[in-house]
Amino acid sequence: MTPVLETRRLMKSFGGIIATNDLSLSVTKGELHAIIGPNGAGKTTLITQLCGTQTPDSGSIRFKGRDITRMPAHRRARLGITRSFQITSLILEMSVLDNVALAVQARQGSSFDMIRPARSIKAIRDRAMALLARVGLQDKADMITRALSHGEHRHMEIAIALASEAELMLLDEPMAGLGHEESRAMVDLLKSIKGKHTIVLIEHDMDAVFALADRISVLVYGHIIATGAPAEIRGNKEVEAAYLGEESGGL
Amino acid sequence: MTRRTLLTLVTMGLLAVLPPVFYLTGNPFYLDLATRLTILAIAAVSLNLILGYGGLVSFGHAAYLGLGAYAVGIPAHHWLYGGLEGIGLNTTSGLVQIPLAVAVCALFALVTGAICLRTKGVYFIMITMAFAQMVYYAIVSIEEYGGDDGLVIDSRSELPGISLDDPLQLFALSYVGLVVAMGLVRMIVNSRFGMVLQGAKGNNERVVMLGLNTYAFRLTAYVVSGAIAGFAGALLGNFTTFISPEMMDWTRSGELMFMVILGGATTSAGPVLGAAAFILLEEALSSLTVYWHLPFGLLLIAVVLFGKGGLVGLLSRREGGK
Amino acid sequence: MDLSLLVIQTLNGLQLGLLLFLVASGLTLVFGILDFVNLAHASLYMVGAFICATLTFALGNFLLAVLVALPITAAIGWAIERFVARPLYARDHLDHVLATFGLILVMETLAHMIWGPQGIAVPLPAWLNGQVALSETLVIPSFRLVIIGAGLAAAGGLFWLVNYTRLGMLIRAGASNRVMVGALGINIEMLFGLVFALGAALAGLAGMLVAPITEASIGMGNNVIITAFVVIIVGGIGSMKGAFIAALLIGLIDTLGRAFLDDLFKLFMSSAAAETSAPAISAMLIYIIMALVLAIRPQGLFPPKVR
Repeated sequence: MTPVLETRRLMKSFGGIIATNDLSLSVTKGELHAIIGPNGAGKTTLITQLCGTQTPDSGSIRFKGRDITRMPAHRRARLGITRSFQITSLILEMSVLDNVALAVQARQGSSFDMIRPARSIKAIRDRAMALLARVGLQDKADMITRALSHGEHRHMEIAIALASEAELMLLDEPMAGLGHEESRAMVDLLKSIKGKHTIVLIEHDMDAVFALADRISVLVYGHIIATGAPAEIRGNKEVEAAYLGEESGGL
Repeated sequence: MTRRTLLTLVTMGLLAVLPPVFYLTGNPFYLDLATRLTILAIAAVSLNLILGYGGLVSFGHAAYLGLGAYAVGIPAHHWLYGGLEGIGLNTTSGLVQIPLAVAVCALFALVTGAICLRTKGVYFIMITMAFAQMVYYAIVSIEEYGGDDGLVIDSRSELPGISLDDPLQLFALSYVGLVVAMGLVRMIVNSRFGMVLQGAKGNNERVVMLGLNTYAFRLTAYVVSGAIAGFAGALLGNFTTFISPEMMDWTRSGELMFMVILGGATTSAGPVLGAAAFILLEEALSSLTVYWHLPFGLLLIAVVLFGKGGLVGLLSRREGGK
Repeated sequence: MDLSLLVIQTLNGLQLGLLLFLVASGLTLVFGILDFVNLAHASLYMVGAFICATLTFALGNFLLAVLVALPITAAIGWAIERFVARPLYARDHLDHVLATFGLILVMETLAHMIWGPQGIAVPLPAWLNGQVALSETLVIPSFRLVIIGAGLAAAGGLFWLVNYTRLGMLIRAGASNRVMVGALGINIEMLFGLVFALGAALAGLAGMLVAPITEASIGMGNNVIITAFVVIIVGGIGSMKGAFIAALLIGLIDTLGRAFLDDLFKLFMSSAAAETSAPAISAMLIYIIMALVLAIRPQGLFPPKVR
């Protein structure tokens, strides 16, 4: 079976600093593939190349067998790749519902309509409300996004990712900055969507990663040093060395 | 009814009633003032679409006023002095001139917008300004149309059923134009297209990640805005009957921006209130002293430093900003 | 076209380019380091010219007037930084543009009140007012050579300042990382004030050098500032090297285009068509160049590395 996502020998450097080094990765349909690694390992750089805001210097990226290495971000999104951001990336001045509704309308492909009032289109509103309900934010639908808490923002990100009905979801540290309770809620939420979408998860919270992932790849200095099921990674000496060397611990 | 809707209705109601009353009671000067105000308000409303809702700080909007006015002036000039007989159109007809003004401005917006929108932030501000100045110099260099000295429009646009030589009818047309422009912008802003435009203002990368090519949306809005401003320009040419490159000087673009901000960006009534406040203040101050630019400039600085939300914010504050 | 005309026009282009650099360098410096868009830079150009004009009459010597006018213009720049720009650093560029637009109105009216509505011609000392014969057919006003010399000297001085002095090091560091400079314990407010004053002095100098040719007048800066914008857009906002190269490029293209474009057009179209189209095209030439540059490189020729 062709993998959903496959990168071959990806390279990317910024002014002499190599951020992605000969990176080959394969993600199969329906799996939750976690990517872990010490700070500065190039995890976010990898995501930006996968979603298309940056292009690799060399190497290739394939989505369902199709070469998308140089395809612009908005077209990849239409093919079915969505990402969430490490730093919350929402439209803070819009209402919570409008944020999600925008994602829903983008999916429906009728965004160039200049005539019908967007807020009166029931199909879009209903779908957006259903998604908000799924992440537990239905009561906050009419609030301005800025007024919500950080944890709620992270949940909104997931609702927006779900709205796109993307086949491949790239989640960049969804637990970043969450408290203990909030993290657990997020893990439950991710568990509930796991299997329905192919997910690439970048995360520092090791408890979450080991609770959720089907497979884990370990990224060090832009290169994947090991890929395997959680149990294999846990016992991998090389991985342990890479983490201990960085003193960031966590394994 | 929200306070803001009420404010819009009151503003537009006053603007509809007061000028004709002044005119009929023997104060034609105030009707002229109102017509100018109304025409500039159309331009400000169009600017609000990209500046307010789109977050695109265009510093070249006066170019569209100028181009629109010249699209009336140049055909009228040829109608009188010959040179365009070959095309077989009545070049003094408003049904030719006004669509021409709109089309020229839409085209100019399309070409320059395609380049400008590739840039961001301060580059965008400066490049829109520079393109407007390009038009300014181009017109200055064409001697046939008066160059620096400008061009007198000897006959106003001929329209079926109305005569623009009658100040009251010209005002009426401008007022209807303003209402239509406001309705159009409001419709666009509330549509799905408008949601994308406003979303891209708040967080462009996020909207791109949703699979929307925000460049295309912004360019479309830019073209619509230019076209509406071109219509305002055609009216302005008919109002002043004298057009010169000076009307598209960059300081004029700055004034249009100020009207939008002063009145309150991203509101329906804002650009209209802003244009009204601007014109009336200009009129009042300049009748007091030749140095009226001094208090005016200080006021502008004060508005930027201390006045957030503009006049609409001030007048509807009790509602809690929504 | 004959050769001596080409040489003269090239020198004119060089002169315009160097004047543009003086204006643009201040703009790009202020934007690069303070992230502040200053439209009123145009007014500093004008104020420099007026102060220099007044001092030329008061002191009876143009050169002395320039030397005294420079620190005064710098002080005005410093005051603008302190009272108008500083409260606006945290705001967006739109607010910068609007506030400095208001500032232009204020400064132009003040100039109007102080110096009156008429322009003031600035007399040159006899030894600067002569002509230099470069060859038998080639005679140019010596003051033009002075402008070129002064422009080059100012550019050289600026490069030295930015690249080889402690202040320059801070300026460069500040352009790429403001927080870092702050963390080094440098008085960042002082640095900003100095940068603004330096930019003001440079713009003022350009105005002073132009004044004997055109006279000092209200609104004289308003056209220059747009061309200076074109320069820094083409060069890459924040880049001193870009500003220098783009200024010379724009100065030469504009001058040579106005002088020779009709001759060039006559090579492939009727002379009537060339004479109608050439003025319009040459007036738009620098904007067309700008559009071409931006179509290929949206951040200009030399985009600053870190932003």
